[in-house]
Amino acid sequence: MSRETRAMQDDDATSPAALWLLDGEAQWNRKAGASGKGCSDCHAIEKMKGVATRFPAFDPSIRKLINLDQRINLCRLEQQKAPALQLEGRELLALSAYVGKQSRGMPIDISVSENTKASLDAGRATFQRRQGQLNLSCAQCHEQNWSKSLAGSTIPQAHPTGYPLYRLEWQALGSLQRRLRNCFIGVRAEPYAYGAQEYVELEYYLMWRARGMKLETPAVRP
Amino acid sequence: MARVIVNVPATAKRGEVIEIRTLAGHDMETGFRRTQTGELVPRNIISSFTCSYNGEEVFRADLHPAIAANPLLSFTTVATESGTLEFRWTGDNGFSATQTAAITVV
Repeated sequence: MSRETRAMQDDDATSPAALWLLDGEAQWNRKAGASGKGCSDCHAIEKMKGVATRFPAFDPSIRKLINLDQRINLCRLEQQKAPALQLEGRELLALSAYVGKQSRGMPIDISVSENTKASLDAGRATFQRRQGQLNLSCAQCHEQNWSKSLAGSTIPQAHPTGYPLYRLEWQALGSLQRRLRNCFIGVRAEPYAYGAQEYVELEYYLMWRARGMKLETPAVRP
Repeated sequence: MARVIVNVPATAKRGEVIEIRTLAGHDMETGFRRTQTGELVPRNIISSFTCSYNGEEVFRADLHPAIAANPLLSFTTVATESGTLEFRWTGDNGFSATQTAAITVV
């Protein structure tokens, strides 16, 4: 990431992601669903500090590994009695960015338990599996060849420290799954549908791999 | 609903050059892109931006296709007296957004 992009990210006055944060804050306080409650009726926003550093996480009620977006939707369905927000839709991204921002600067803190060990291994396997017409694995670029160039861009180490983030190429905010989809298409593999468990497991592995790094949500990337 | 963010220093010395930054949430659809079925996506951009300082226009910009989404405009003016800055964006399909910011000049 260039110095200019970092400057844009670090300054709330110029970060385009700030537009989504405004939306996220409005939604946090807005009443929704049959319960007539907003997020802020149950949670104080200050209590959301650190939450984003722990996702994806195992949810004991549905006994499944879920990411932050899915956790927000779970709250909507069960607590607010409102329809789930569309994955990758503007509303969910805004809310997830707003929650994520509360943990800005905190180290990623992914825990692995008996319940999630299998998911971590599955995520690692996906990361190392060759796939697509180009027959490339994630690891071949992001572990063996990082810092080299791919069509003029530097190959990063694939640490998802700032999602959902504003990508200048997208001219919009997008989730980690959208970014993964990008790489899948890049190696000519068929991407999974948004919300697929394979994506969540890969997200989990990547976040575990980046544990200890500081969260930058919502980041700005080229 | 339009979302805009303006960044103006709250206080300034008389005669000081102040930097103003504005960010407007907009898709800035160029009008040159086509859908998968080949139809042209109609142009939808912000076409004009003005900033007035106590009613007097101090900055104006015409925007065109090929300006990225969510345009960020940064410009300077001289702080002359306390008052309000009014920002106005207008564009295609009746797009209009206004925002004001107060400044105290000492």
